[in-house]
Amino acid sequence: MSAGAISPQHATSAATLLEIRSVAKSFGATQVLKNISLRIATGEFLTLLGESGSGKTTLLRLIAGFEQPTSGEIWMSNERLDTLPPYKRRVNTVFQIYALFPHLNVRENVAYGLRVKSTPKAEIASRVEEALRMVKMISFAAARPSTLSGGQQQRIALARALINRPQLLLLDEPLSALDANLRKQMQSELKALQREIGIAFLFVTHDQDEAMALSDRIALLRNGALEQIASPRDIYSRPATAYTAEFIGQTNLLRGEINDGVVRCGALQWKTSEVTGAALFSLRPEAIRLAGAGEDAAGVARFRGIIRQQLYSGASELLEIDCGGNQILRARIPATGPLTGAHEFVFSPAEAVRVTESPTPRGSRPADHEPR
Amino acid sequence: MYSRAYKAAISIPPLLWVCFFLLLPYALMFAHSFWLVRDGSLVHQWNLQNYRALFTNPLYFQVFLRTAGIAASVTLCSLLLGYPLAYYLSFHAGPRKELLYQLVVVPLWVSYLVRGYAWKTILGSDGVLNGFLQYLHITHEPVSFFLYSPFAVVLMLTHIYTPFVFLPIYAALEHIPRPLLEASQDLGANRRATFLRVILPLSVPGLLAGATFAFVLSLGDFLAPLLVGGPSATMIANIVQSLFGAAYDWPLGAAISVCILLITASLLFTTERLEKRWSFR
Repeated sequence: MSAGAISPQHATSAATLLEIRSVAKSFGATQVLKNISLRIATGEFLTLLGESGSGKTTLLRLIAGFEQPTSGEIWMSNERLDTLPPYKRRVNTVFQIYALFPHLNVRENVAYGLRVKSTPKAEIASRVEEALRMVKMISFAAARPSTLSGGQQQRIALARALINRPQLLLLDEPLSALDANLRKQMQSELKALQREIGIAFLFVTHDQDEAMALSDRIALLRNGALEQIASPRDIYSRPATAYTAEFIGQTNLLRGEINDGVVRCGALQWKTSEVTGAALFSLRPEAIRLAGAGEDAAGVARFRGIIRQQLYSGASELLEIDCGGNQILRARIPATGPLTGAHEFVFSPAEAVRVTESPTPRGSRPADHEPR
Repeated sequence: MYSRAYKAAISIPPLLWVCFFLLLPYALMFAHSFWLVRDGSLVHQWNLQNYRALFTNPLYFQVFLRTAGIAASVTLCSLLLGYPLAYYLSFHAGPRKELLYQLVVVPLWVSYLVRGYAWKTILGSDGVLNGFLQYLHITHEPVSFFLYSPFAVVLMLTHIYTPFVFLPIYAALEHIPRPLLEASQDLGANRRATFLRVILPLSVPGLLAGATFAFVLSLGDFLAPLLVGGPSATMIANIVQSLFGAAYDWPLGAAISVCILLITASLLFTTERLEKRWSFR
C-alpha cells in the first residue's frame, strides 16, 4: 500500500489520532513486540509503561520511524505512517538523553526544525521566542547546551520538539536522568504543558508512579505484549491480571478456592457471586483496615492476625499481618501509633478483585497467599 | 610524593634528548642561515644575504609555489578519498567495519620507499599501466607523462597520505552520538540536510587534523619528487637537499629551512585554534 493512501475499511474515527494495527517487531530471532494494537486519541496523554525489555521504547521508535515494523501497520489521521521516513512524519520526539546539537546554541537548537523546512526568518525568530518562553528558558537563548543542567537541557529538548507543532509528541523516558525533586517538578510542568497546548503525548516510562500521575490512559507492556490498557484509576482498581496488580501499586495476591458462593483462602473467607473453582484475587493493602470497636456490619470480611512489622511513613503506615499458616498480608492504614499483638481486620469483598493468572510468571513468585 | 632524585632520574633523559636532538639542531640551523659560504668554505660572519637571495631570486619562489600547489592538490585528493571512505565505514559498513578499517590501515605498515618504487613500476614507460592501456588498444605507444611529472608526485603522495587523512576523520565521525542523527531526522531533516547541518560541522576537527597532516607532510616531502617526479616536479625540500649536498651552500639551505619551518609552525598554530573552536565536547 502506498504511503498516504486512504484505506476506507480502516477509516479511523475522528477522535483517533494514531492507530497501531497488529504491529510486531523482531530483531533477528528475538521478538521484541508481539501483535500490538493500540489507538491514541487526539489530545490524549497515553503512557507506555513496562519494565526494561518490555518493548515500550521499540514501539515508540516504530512510531518515530527509527525502526521498521516486521509486520503490521501504523496509521495517523488516515495516512499510513510506517512507510514514511522519519523526516516526513508529523511526530516529534523528546529523547531520553536529550540529544541536543552540541555545535548549536539553545536558539539554534530550537530553530532547527523550522530551518530545515525553510521557514521565513521572521517567523522562526518569533516562534523560537514563543517556544523558549513556554519552557521558561528565554534567558538561555544564547547558551551552549553543554553549559546547561539536565533539567534545562530537557526543557530545550521539549521546546525543540514542540516548535514544529506536531500532532503527537513522543517522549522516551524524558525524566529518568533527573534527580527526584526536579523530576516531580518536571512531571507537573509537563502535565500542565500538555493540557495547555492540547496535543497528544505518548510517554514512555518504567516508573509506575509517574505513569499514574501523568496519564489519561496507561498501556502496560509485558515481554512485548499489551497486558492491559486503561485509565490510571481503572488499571489500579480493576487490574485484569496478577501481573498488572503487582506492577501497578502494591497488592496482596490471594489464591483461593470458591465453593458454593464462598471464597476460602487461608484464614480469609468471603461471599462471592463468582462460579466454583480455583481463583486468584488482588486485594490492595489500603482495602484492609482495623476492625473498629463493635463493628459488625454485614457484608464485610473479617480475619484475625498478628502484626509482625509496622512501617511508618507519615500519613499512613504499612502493617505486615501474620494470619497463620504462612499467610502474610499487607495492610496500609491511616497512622494510628504503635500496634502489637493480634488484631481483627476487615475488608469489603468488593475490593478483592478477581484477576487472571499471568501467562508467564516473572521470575520466582513467592509462595501463594504471600504478598509481594 | 616522589623524591627529587626520582623526578630528576625520570625527567632528565627526555630533556637531554630534546636539547641535543631538537633544540640544538634548530639553533644550529638558525645560526647557519645568517652565515655565508666563501670560496667553498663556511664563514661565520653574520649577514642577511641568504634571505635576500631567497626573496630576490624568482626560482625559489617558483619552486615554493609549485610545492604548495602539489601539497594542496594532495590534501584535496586525500580529503576527497578519505572523507567518503571514513563516512562509509562509520555509518554504513555494519559488520564489515573492522575488516575495512584494517584494510585502510595496512598500507601504513609498508615502507614509504617500497610504495614509491611500486608507483615507478606502475607508471613507467614499460610499466604496468602503459602495458595495460596498450593491451586494451587504448594507446599504441607508451604514455610518457605518467611518470616524472607533478601528476605522479600528487598520485604517490595521495596514496601515502590518504590513510593519515582518513584516521582523524573516522575518529571524529565515530564520536558523533548517533541519537543526534535521529533527532535531526525527527525534526524534519533528510539525509542530505542531516549531513550538512550535523555530521559535517561535528567532523570539522577531524577534517582539519587530516588536512593539516596531508598538507604539512607533503610540503616537506623530497622522496616522491626524487622517485617519480623528475625535474618538472622539483619541490622545495629537493632544493634544500641539494644545497646541503652537492651545491654545498649550507647557509642558504638553512635559510630556506627556517622559512619552511615558520610557514609550517604558523599553519599548525592556525589549524590548532580552528580545531579548538570547532570542538564542542
